[in-house]
Amino acid sequence: MHTIKHQKARSLYPTFERKAPGADVSHYCPGCGHGTVHNLIAEAIDDLGIQDRTIFCSPVGCSVFAYYYFDVGNIQCAHGRAPAVASAIRRTNEEAIVISYQGDGDLAGIGMSQIVHAANRGENITVFFINNAIYGMTGGQMAPTTILGQKTVTTPEGRNAANEGFPIGMAEIISSLQAPVFIERVSLANAAKVMKARMAIRKALRNQVDKKGFSFVEILSPCPVNWKMTAVEARRWLENNLEPVFPVGNLRDLPKGPFDRVDKKKVARISNKKILEILGVGEEEVHAGTVQLQEEQNIKIAGFGGQGVLSTGILLANCAIAEGLKTTWLPSYGAEMRGGTANASINISHTTIGSPIVSFPNVLMVMNLPSLDAFEDTVRPGGAIYVNSSLAPRKVRREDVAAYHIPVSDMANNLGAIQSASVILLTVYALVSGAITIETLQKVIPLSIKRKNLVDLNMRAIEAGIAWYGENC
Amino acid sequence: MGLEEKNFIEINPKRCKGCAACIVACPHGCIEIGSEINQMGYQFARFAVRKCIACGLCFYTCPEFGAITVYKKPRKGA
Repeated sequence: MHTIKHQKARSLYPTFERKAPGADVSHYCPGCGHGTVHNLIAEAIDDLGIQDRTIFCSPVGCSVFAYYYFDVGNIQCAHGRAPAVASAIRRTNEEAIVISYQGDGDLAGIGMSQIVHAANRGENITVFFINNAIYGMTGGQMAPTTILGQKTVTTPEGRNAANEGFPIGMAEIISSLQAPVFIERVSLANAAKVMKARMAIRKALRNQVDKKGFSFVEILSPCPVNWKMTAVEARRWLENNLEPVFPVGNLRDLPKGPFDRVDKKKVARISNKKILEILGVGEEEVHAGTVQLQEEQNIKIAGFGGQGVLSTGILLANCAIAEGLKTTWLPSYGAEMRGGTANASINISHTTIGSPIVSFPNVLMVMNLPSLDAFEDTVRPGGAIYVNSSLAPRKVRREDVAAYHIPVSDMANNLGAIQSASVILLTVYALVSGAITIETLQKVIPLSIKRKNLVDLNMRAIEAGIAWYGENC
Repeated sequence: MGLEEKNFIEINPKRCKGCAACIVACPHGCIEIGSEINQMGYQFARFAVRKCIACGLCFYTCPEFGAITVYKKPRKGA
C-alpha cells in the first residue's frame, strides 16, 4: 500500500463555501504566493496541534478571504489594524494562538503604526507579512515596498525615489526594535526557498506556543498578474529583483523574550464597583435581580432607522443588566441614518452568552411591514411576535407563534411623540414575557435616555403600554 | 515495474490552475502541463514521468489547496 506523504492540511476546510463559484479552489490568481503560504501555515497549525485554539486575523487585501479556507477562528480586521486586534485577543485570551496575516499595503502602508507598536510591545503573537511589492487586490498600484524602477499602475514610469520615496524594508524596521524575539525574511522564489519559508513559519508559530513573544516573518511572494508575468517568470523576477532589495535571511532569533511578562494572577484586580466609581456611574446603578427567566430570550427588534429600534434594544439590555441577568446587544443597520432599515439583536440569559448574534429569535418586535416580512419566518415555533400594527397592516401569518398586534405608532402619536412607540412595544413585551419588570424599566429609562426632557414622555408611553396590556391580554 | 512499487503524485484537475510552479519545483522533471483544459479554463498540470522521489517540493510550492497529493511507495517487505 502506498502511504500519503503530503496532502491538504486538516486545518483547511474540505470544500470552500465562498460566494464565487469554485468550492474546491482558492480565489487567488494562478501562481499567487498567498496559496503557498496558506498551505504552509495550515500544515504548521496541524503539526503543532493548535487548530482548535488558533485565531486568524485576516487583513484587507487579496487574503481578506482567508476565512473561506482556514478552519480556525477568524477575525477580519479593519485595514492595517490586524496587529492591534491580535494584541487585544492576546491580552484577553492567554490560550489563543493568534496569527496576524497581512500584505504590504496593509502592514507597511496604512497599518505601519499598528505593526510597529505591537512589535514594540513584544506581544506574544505571530505576524506573517506577505510582501509582493504591489497592491494586488485593487489592481496593481504602488505599494510601500515597490522597488525603485518597478512599473505599477500609479508609477507608470517606474518608482522614482525623488517622487515616491524608497522601498521600505519592514523586517529591518522591526529589527530596530528591542522587543521582538524572531524576525526572518524568506522568499517563495524557488522550491528550496519555499522550504526555508516553511521552517520560518513553523518556528514563528512554535515561538508563540512556547510563549516567547513577538515573531515576524516577511515572505517575498510573487504576484504574477499585477507584475504582468507568468507564474514561473514572476518567481524568477522575484529572485533577481526583489531579493537584492530585500535580502532574505534571519535577522533575529532569541532563545527567550527580552522581558518577563506580568503575571496577571499576582496583580490586584480592580473591582467592578471601583471601575464604576472611576467612571462616575457607580451611584446610578439599578439593582433589582428578582426576575427568573422561563427560557433564554433571543430577541430581534427591527424597523426603520429613527424608530428607536437600536435605542430600545439598549434600553432592554440595560434593564436586563439591572435585573442581574446576562445580556448582549448587537446593532445592525444600513448606511442610512433615518429611513433605512435597522435591527438589533438582544440576548438575555441567566448564563454566559456565547454569541451576540440572533439568527432565529424567540421574540420578534417589528416596527414596520418590511421587517415583519423579513423576519417572521425566522422566529422559532412557540416564540412571540410583537407587531406595530399602525405601520404593518397585515396580521402575523404564522400559527405556531404568539402574535400581539399593537398600534404603537398611533398610541405614541396620541401621547405627543411618535418616537416613543418602541417603548410601548417594549412595555407590552415586558408584561407578557416577564423577562424584565416594569419597575426596572421605569428606573432604567432616566439613565438610558440622553435627553432628560423626554423621560416623562417615555414614562407615559409605559403607562400606555400597561393600559393596552390590561385591555387586550 | 508496476505503479505499486513507485512513488507518485496525484494532481486534481479540478483544483489546478496550470501556473506551472510545480513543474519548475520538481527536481526530476516529473510534471508537465497537459493539453486538456479544466472547467475553469486552465490547462492543468499532470504527473507524467515516473521518477518521483516523493520529496514534496511540488506540494509545498503549489499555491492551490490540495491540488497535489504525494504518495510514497511501500517500504520493502511491508
